[in-house]
Parts: sequence; C-alpha cells; structure tokens
Amino acid sequence: MSIAIDIAQQPARGDRSQQGALALALLSALLVAACLISLTSGPTGVGLRDLVSYLAGSLLSGHQTLSKQDLIVLEAVRLPRTLLGLLVGAGLGLSGAMMQGLFRNPLADPGIVGVTSGASLAAVAAIVLGPTLLLPLQTALGAQFLPLMAFAGALINTGLLYRIATRGGQTSTVALVLSGISIGALTMAATGLLIFLADDRALRDITFWSLGSLGGATYGKALSIAPFILAALALLPFLARGLDALVLGDAAAFHMGIPVERLKRISVLVVAGACGASVAVAGSIAFVGIIVPHLLRLAIGPSHRFLLPGAALGGASLLLLADSIARTVAAPAELPIGIITALIGAPVFLLLLLGRGGRGLID
Amino acid sequence: MIIADHLVLTRQGRPILDKVSLRLVPGRFTVVIGPNGAGKSTLLKLISGDIKPDSGHILYGDEDISRLKPRQLAERRAVLPQSTSLSFPFTALEVVRMGAIAAGSLKPCEDARTALARVGLAALEARAYQALSGGEQQRVQFARVLAQLPTPVNEAGPRALFLDEPTSSLDLTHQISVLEIAREFAAAGGMVMAVLHDLNLAAEFADSLLILKGGRAIAEGPPQTIIRDDIITSVYGLSGTVGRIPQTTPFVLPQSRHPAPASAI
Repeated sequence: MSIAIDIAQQPARGDRSQQGALALALLSALLVAACLISLTSGPTGVGLRDLVSYLAGSLLSGHQTLSKQDLIVLEAVRLPRTLLGLLVGAGLGLSGAMMQGLFRNPLADPGIVGVTSGASLAAVAAIVLGPTLLLPLQTALGAQFLPLMAFAGALINTGLLYRIATRGGQTSTVALVLSGISIGALTMAATGLLIFLADDRALRDITFWSLGSLGGATYGKALSIAPFILAALALLPFLARGLDALVLGDAAAFHMGIPVERLKRISVLVVAGACGASVAVAGSIAFVGIIVPHLLRLAIGPSHRFLLPGAALGGASLLLLADSIARTVAAPAELPIGIITALIGAPVFLLLLLGRGGRGLID
Repeated sequence: MIIADHLVLTRQGRPILDKVSLRLVPGRFTVVIGPNGAGKSTLLKLISGDIKPDSGHILYGDEDISRLKPRQLAERRAVLPQSTSLSFPFTALEVVRMGAIAAGSLKPCEDARTALARVGLAALEARAYQALSGGEQQRVQFARVLAQLPTPVNEAGPRALFLDEPTSSLDLTHQISVLEIAREFAAAGGMVMAVLHDLNLAAEFADSLLILKGGRAIAEGPPQTIIRDDIITSVYGLSGTVGRIPQTTPFVLPQSRHPAPASAI
C-alpha cells in the first residue's frame, strides 16, 4: 500500500531536472574536494589539515599558521597548478560534451576525431616556427600566441571534419570516425614533418609540451587560456536548448525556432576554443571528454542544460584528481597526466561498451 | 492565411515541383495526395520553410516567408516529420517538452504532460524515446508538435499544422484519432496541411484536396468533386476503384489491374 502511494506521489518521472540539479550540486562539492586534494598533494609540506587550519585562520582571525616556505609552495607552485588543472579539465569535459551534441554522436570526442591533433599541429608549428617564420605573429600576440594557434588548429580540423562527415544535416558514425582518423593522420604527418625540421631548442620544447602535463604551471599560463574557457562557459546557457533540439535533427530543430546554422558555428567555435586552449598548455589528454559526458548521460539523461555544466565540473574534478595521482604516485618524479586519464578512462570506456551503455553508444 | 504561389523547384536538372500553388485557409483541413515521387513532401518542406523554392513565393499572412526568423516561424507553424530517430536517450516527456519550450511556455513540463495526454501516451512519459514502438514515437512527435502550438490561433493570427504522412506507422484507431485532433485544430480556426497516402482517410478528413503527380498539380477542390474515377485513373493508373457511401463521401477500393486466375480463388 505505502509503496503504491510512493510511486503515485513520485513527481515528474519523465522529467529528470531534479536529478540534473542534484548531480550539479554533487559535482560542485566533488570539485571543491578535488581542489583541496590538488592543493595539498605533493612531495613536500602542506597537507590537508595544514591547509584547512591556514584557511580558517586567515579568514577568521587573520592569523598565519603556515611557515613562509610552505606558503611559497602553496601560492607559487600549487595554486597556479590547481587553477590550470581546473581550466584545462573544464575545457576538456565541455568540448567533449558539446562536440557529441553537435555531431549527435556519443563517440565524437575531440581526441578521437582529430581535433586535438589539429591543435597539436598548430602548437608544434608555433614552437618550431615561432622564432622564425611566425615571429611577427608571436611578438604581436605575446602570451596568447600558443593558445590562439592551438585554437586555430582545432577550429580548422573541426570545420573540416564537419564538412566531410555531415551530409544533409546527418552525421554517420562511420563517416565521422573514418574522416576523423584520416584528418588526424594527415595532421600527425604534418606534425612529424615539423618535428623533423625542428632544431634542438624546439625539440626540447616540443617534448616537454607533448608529455601532457600540468607541470610547470604558472599564473601566466592559466591567465592565457582563461578567456577561452570562461567564454565557452559563459555561452553554455545560450546553447543548451538548441543542442537539445538538434538531437531530433536539423529540420526538427529549425521547426522549433532554432537558428541551426548559427548554433553550429558557435558550437564549433566553443569546441575549438576549449579544446585548443587545453591542448596549448597541457598537451593532449585523452578520455576526459568522452568518459565524463557519457557517465553523466547515464545518470541524468542527455539534456544539455545539465550535461554541459556537469561535464565542465566533472572534467575539472577528474583532471585535478588524476594530476594529484600523477605527482604523488612516483614522487618526486611525475607521471604524465595523460597516462593516468587513459588508465582510468580506457577501462571504464570498455566496460561501458560491454555493458548496458554500449548499445546507445554504438548505434 | 498562407499562400504559396507558383512554386518551382529543380534538382539536378529534374523538376521536382512545377508551378504549384496552394492556399492554406484558416478553418480548413488541406490534404495533399499523389503517387510516390509526386513532390508532396517537397511541397510541405517548401511551405513550412525548410527549403527555398527556385522561384515563386510563400506568404504567411502578409509577410514573405524569407523575412521570418526561425523563432518567428516557430510561433506560427509546427511540423510533424515522417519519422525521427534520436541519438541520445531522451524520455518521451523530454522530447515533448522541447515543443513546449519552443512555444515559450512558462511551465513546459505541465504543458508537455497535457500534450502527451492528448495523444493518449500520458502513461509512457518516463520511457526512453528509443525504446518506444514506431507508432508510439510518431505520437510522441505529434504531442511535441501540439505542445509547440497549444492554441490554433494566437495574437499574431491563425497558426498552421504541417503533417507529413502522420498516419504512416499508426494502427487504425490512432490514424483516426491523430487526424481528429488535426481536424479539431482546423475547426478552432487553425490551418492544417497534411500529406496522406490513404485516399479514404483523405476523403473522410479533407476540406480541400490537392492532387500532385510528377511535380504538377492535377486537381484541387473538395474530395467529393476530386476523387472521381477519371482522375484516380489518370493519377494512379487504376480504374473502376471509386465508390460512394453514403451518397456523398467517395471511397476507393484498390484492386489489381489483372484479375486473379480462377484457380487461385
């Protein structure tokens, strides 16, 4: 009897807004925890308890509880790294979720379909040709040079991919993956050519950059990509409704009053901006953009109103946690973060393919 | 009123539509029929704004369709496509809610439930759209369209419902009930244009019929005057199929052109 009443009174069964809002709240809490862990993990000094008492102390009484050295570790090394991880992770999660909506395909991850390699090519070009051929551009753009180049590279590949893989408003998975692989291969070949031409200095810089690490984070780096990520985040509320409608197809979205072409252009810009900026400062980091949105869709459904901010929050949390693992597990050495995300992401992805989520993923 | 005037559309040198004109009048249920490849769906796509004609023009009230933004167009007409597949697992309610959101509803969930109830699917609101049968999917889409146009007339004037083969995957009961809802929409002052294959449903529901063949308008008028043996023969190549009961409503009984051999009976 009481069960029957419970079911009858359960509001809004076809409506998953409440789950969505709850998930956003939980992910926000997770992100705060991830930030604290990121700020307090590392080979030296400041632990979680120190940080909490420091924060409490400086907020409540203006009383310093940390030594000068610990404060330097915290402010000059860890805080910029946490900020950078926050931005990069949000960018990766967001660009994955948005690209999947744009292509109406849960496999459309920037890393899989060659957008990341476009950004990589442009970044390598910036490193190799920056001091020579592209010097005027480099001087003019300053710290924005690398992120802007990566953005342009990601933009070109996304645009190319869309042109090739989408016919009459429909993207087939096969066309998407095949053209993505081809474009990726072409881009990698060009990258290889550039590396072949590079001198010793450029080679060292490329190696450093391509390891995919948040190491060497500075406020300057975080600042240089912040505009791209923040602009993408600011655009989300305006794109969610249109991306939902787009799931029914171009024509149906247009029938419901969505300016489809404009929506797609803006989405391509957002994907390229968020993905390019992440690649520019952290190299290519796999699987964040595909795992986070997919898990979210299983939990709260595909509504972009919750999926897009959720993917940004979840991506940031995942990256911060992966980075914390990367720098503690082999301390004082650091693992490239891409290894950790792939180690977490690939098995989860394969389990999903085998399990219940697989059908929706491949169809 | 929506006026389509001398629409021409050519694709790869082949005329898809050749100087077709049509008026959608408030209060009237207009049905377009014709054999496969006649250009019925193309005509619907042109008038609903999906594609632009090579020549000819389309007026919504006194405004040319090319001047209307997608949002303005969405306030004046809604379109039920032939079939829609989703790549992500939305629930039935979430699909219908998109229509209510497009209508600018302040309580989209409530309005979506109302629309689902009108097509008899209130109990299935939590089902994943992809898990529904073809007929149920089509009714969910119909509910979405109804949610987009909750009233047949608003302050901007009468609104239009475009239905592209709305009955194609429905059983008898639901064929009738979907067309009845569309007829109510017209009776309340809205405009309805439907592409149908079933001539008997067309005869039953249409206030005005347009017959297309090979991209040209063959005949236009009320079904009583249009569904005649000579016209059906010239369009479909089947003769002696039209009967009338009771007196006025014509019906069409398709029969093989070649009588079955006696041994088969």
